[in-house]
Amino acid sequence: MSSIKPRVKVPKEVSIDEIVEIKTLIRHPMHSGRMKDPEGQTIPRQIINSFSAKFNGKEIFQMDLEPSISTNPYIVFQYKVKESGKFDFEWLDDNGEKYSISKEMIVS
Amino acid sequence: MKLRKLKKISRRNALQLIAVFTGTAVFPSISFAQSNQALDRINEITNGLGAIESDIWLDLPEIAENGNQVKVSFEMDSPMTETDHIKTVYILADGNPSPNVAKFSFTPEMGSCSATTRMRLSKTQNVYLLAVNNNEQFFMTYAKVKVTIGGCGG
Repeated sequence: MSSIKPRVKVPKEVSIDEIVEIKTLIRHPMHSGRMKDPEGQTIPRQIINSFSAKFNGKEIFQMDLEPSISTNPYIVFQYKVKESGKFDFEWLDDNGEKYSISKEMIVS
Repeated sequence: MKLRKLKKISRRNALQLIAVFTGTAVFPSISFAQSNQALDRINEITNGLGAIESDIWLDLPEIAENGNQVKVSFEMDSPMTETDHIKTVYILADGNPSPNVAKFSFTPEMGSCSATTRMRLSKTQNVYLLAVNNNEQFFMTYAKVKVTIGGCGG
């Protein structure tokens, strides 16, 4: 599904011990399993059920998502800078698919 | 007749009655807890221990015009060190088809215990936040959100 594209905003230049905000958004319908299509058929559940963030290979944040999370899940969290490195973000779909994106962060 | 009946209430009975009434007045949440799926879930997570109601900054709109997109933010005072940090935060809703909304797993690397997301609310209800620290202590808070148009596709 090429229509599902994650987007992440990480500050590019940061200083040590700064707490930075990381904003993530993924385009996904998040079918809760309760919505109906125009023909009155229930749309089966299909949601992003997990989100995780790694920094230099180590998991720093994880979130379990339930059907009560809105369409196009938007997640913001904070991270305390210690060194330059790379973030890896991953979203897991109910259908087994994974969507991921990486971002560099440089300490100036 | 009626007066006579009233007189029949002994001092012991009267004292018991007073105790029952003051009890419900002081702890209204006890009677409230029986039919609340979010509080049931909190009981389940805490193994019946319950949580301390504490000062957590939980930001929710007082009135949500669209229940499909309700922004929820929270922040907790925590040093976020290896020995003292918030491990998990649950967001629970008592009026949705299922009480679970999200579960956040924090690590000391994050430096602060704060996050934001958007949730669906099917009707006017209370939203609960339950936090667990690394010593398995539980903290909670809640806020009421009035929903004009419900989400969840119901």
